[in-house]
Amino acid sequence: MSEIYVITSGKGGVGKTTTTANLGMGLAMRGKKVVLVDTDTGLRNLDLLLGLENRIMYDLIDVTEGRVPYKKALVRHKKYENLFLLPTSQVKDKNAVNPEQVVKLCEELRQEFDYILIDCPAGIEQGFKTAIAAADVAIVVTMPEISAVRDADKIIGELGRADKENIKLIVNRIRPQMVQSGDMLDMDDINDILSLECIGQVPDDEMVVTSTNRGEPCVALSGSQAGQAYRNIVGRILGEPIPFMTFQKEGILARLKRIFSL
Amino acid sequence: MMEALMKIFGKKEPSGKVARNRLKVVLVHDRINISPEIMENMRNDIVKVISKYVDIDMNAMEMSLANDDDSVALVANIPVSRMKHDKGGLK
Repeated sequence: MSEIYVITSGKGGVGKTTTTANLGMGLAMRGKKVVLVDTDTGLRNLDLLLGLENRIMYDLIDVTEGRVPYKKALVRHKKYENLFLLPTSQVKDKNAVNPEQVVKLCEELRQEFDYILIDCPAGIEQGFKTAIAAADVAIVVTMPEISAVRDADKIIGELGRADKENIKLIVNRIRPQMVQSGDMLDMDDINDILSLECIGQVPDDEMVVTSTNRGEPCVALSGSQAGQAYRNIVGRILGEPIPFMTFQKEGILARLKRIFSL
Repeated sequence: MMEALMKIFGKKEPSGKVARNRLKVVLVHDRINISPEIMENMRNDIVKVISKYVDIDMNAMEMSLANDDDSVALVANIPVSRMKHDKGGLK
């Protein structure tokens, strides 16, 4: 049974593409056959995050306009051989592809892949409508920031209007110290406000930047906190009951207790 | 009370809490997306029901959505010109 996920957020810059790359690679690391479809036409970046920017021959628009079969446009990952990217065009715009074309393409992809992850553009216009058309599940990515949460709420409303009922939430770029001092919304606050099932909270981690620099998603790095968070989300997508990470900074008392093993 | 004390000691409310409260208020607004057309239909239906029991002054009637902290209320001010003493809507 294959599943189609769309990763969306409303607001730009909250980590949709990073999430898509990490979840896709994480699922591939678990032996699933995965294809990542970039629908951010004109502003493509998923290829860069995966380190595949030099291997692109054809793109999504070539496929939807019937110039090449989708298999010709797929780019296989260098290390994880069951991970594929269907890049989009960097020169066309969002109107170059429509929802019906994406639905048709995804029906074909379903025959071959376990997971189809669609990276959605920011905004609520045509590009968004095209990206969500085929999805079974929508993952809304937000940040503990007032504008990102408001936009997530708007997107949840739009998803509802498009009859997408299966919606999950990921809270990205949490800064545990700020949450601790009461200066940042925490996962419970956001859960409470958006009333959605949260499938992950990802800490702000410098390794996300360095791994993006190298084109190697941090889900593959064992020492990365964000990587661990993404691996947990992958596990939850696969139906494993994985408890949420706790970021609580150890207080002095707790540390003393631990040292003296009380 | 707590807020007043905090003010005296110059301690601000944690900004996370401020964000949470501001979001709650703004989302109540955002989520209520009633078009003027629906509002007009609702107004007409309400008038129809109330007119069965009392005579109302349609021109002075006011109806709007108001929000109160974290909930939204439909506020209607409907001046009654006189009660109907016949059978009214009781049939």
